[in-house]
Amino acid sequence: MGKYLDDDKTAQFEALAMPHIDAAYNLARWLTRDPHAADDLVQDAYLRAFRFLDSFRGGDARAWLLTIVRNTYYTALRDGQHEKGDVSFEEDEHGAADVDGSDSRSGGDPARIAAGRDLDRSVNQALDQLPRAFREVLVMKEMDDLSYKQIAQVVDIPIGTVMSRLARARKLLLSLLTRDQAGERDGL
Amino acid sequence: MDCKQAQDLMSAHVDGELDAATALQMERHIAGCAACGAALAQQLELRGAIAQHATRHTAPAHLKHRIRTALEAERPRPRAMKPWPWAWINLAIAGASTAAFAVTLALYLGQPSNGERLEQDLVASHFRSLMPDHLADVASTDQHTVKPWFAGKLDFSPPVVDLATQDFPLVGGRLDYLNQRAVAALVYKHRKHIINLYLWPEPAARDSAPQASSHQGFQLLRWRDRGMEFSAVSDMNGQELMQFSHLLQAKLDANPPQ
Repeated sequence: MGKYLDDDKTAQFEALAMPHIDAAYNLARWLTRDPHAADDLVQDAYLRAFRFLDSFRGGDARAWLLTIVRNTYYTALRDGQHEKGDVSFEEDEHGAADVDGSDSRSGGDPARIAAGRDLDRSVNQALDQLPRAFREVLVMKEMDDLSYKQIAQVVDIPIGTVMSRLARARKLLLSLLTRDQAGERDGL
Repeated sequence: MDCKQAQDLMSAHVDGELDAATALQMERHIAGCAACGAALAQQLELRGAIAQHATRHTAPAHLKHRIRTALEAERPRPRAMKPWPWAWINLAIAGASTAAFAVTLALYLGQPSNGERLEQDLVASHFRSLMPDHLADVASTDQHTVKPWFAGKLDFSPPVVDLATQDFPLVGGRLDYLNQRAVAALVYKHRKHIINLYLWPEPAARDSAPQASSHQGFQLLRWRDRGMEFSAVSDMNGQELMQFSHLLQAKLDANPPQ
């Protein structure tokens, strides 16, 4: 009987959690800024979610999972893990990964590919440079299109704080991007 | 709405998170304000840049596999970490308490009562008196020798009668300690049998008829008469001991002690 219950629970968890694994991974990746750390984080978070499946009272499964990803990350961060995620050379990795993505987006024009690649790198770098608190709300808003209410739930802050934090995040991102572009112009 | 307010709300406006009334005010203001119009364009441009150029990471295929494997490994654990079977634990605790209570009760009931302990002491004393040279401190068949011997040794004067004519001759007397007091022990003989008659005063107690009991093969007979406790112990049979008590009592009634 126990086995059936376990099978039941596993199936229930699969149906609930696996559809959101990309969202979970994306947040994990932007939090850790490291693919291996992101793998570990999502796995830890999903195992935790499985254990606490009974505490999920229905509703927004994606927000619930993102909350667990985020909490798992900050718990590990507090315990001194994932610190290596801040190493500088990982930015090359973003650059390399982005080449494939931009190729498919911008047809075959070499100039556009180059421009797109530059922009990809600029935007990703600027996002990476944002303080974590800004980065996470921006990722959830822009990439997962979470509402302010959902973000408030995940980050456990009032909706008003979500609003002001997003406004500041965008302001900061804009200034990073314009500085970057200005720097590149100067460099050329 | 002024430009400061509009620019503060621009981000939320782009996200469509303003209430309808505020959103309308925003639109009206932006329509008439070039600076705020530019700010809106900038916000939209930024959104577009992120949407188009920021990397949306997708979970690598191996991650799902890893998680499923980890979940498999996780599965036996809920069984291993079964919650404590409290119902059984409670039952066990209840059982243990009951058992402890039963043991306590048995020990309590097993405790000999005062009367029982005294009877055991009487038998023990009788048995001790049968050991060589323990029987009598004053060996005399003469009641007029035995009775005065107790004077000064006890705080009471025991009635001493001789029953030699009834085949229960007095052999002697002895001091003993029973029931937390010094008592008189009179030794009678009936053929080969020794009878120890223990005497001590119980002034508060009422007279009572002889009560027979037996311990470890010895017969006991206890009665009270005129504030005096009589306890006869012997290896004779109960009937003979009863006869002894009747003879003794008859003699005492005939010559009541002063």
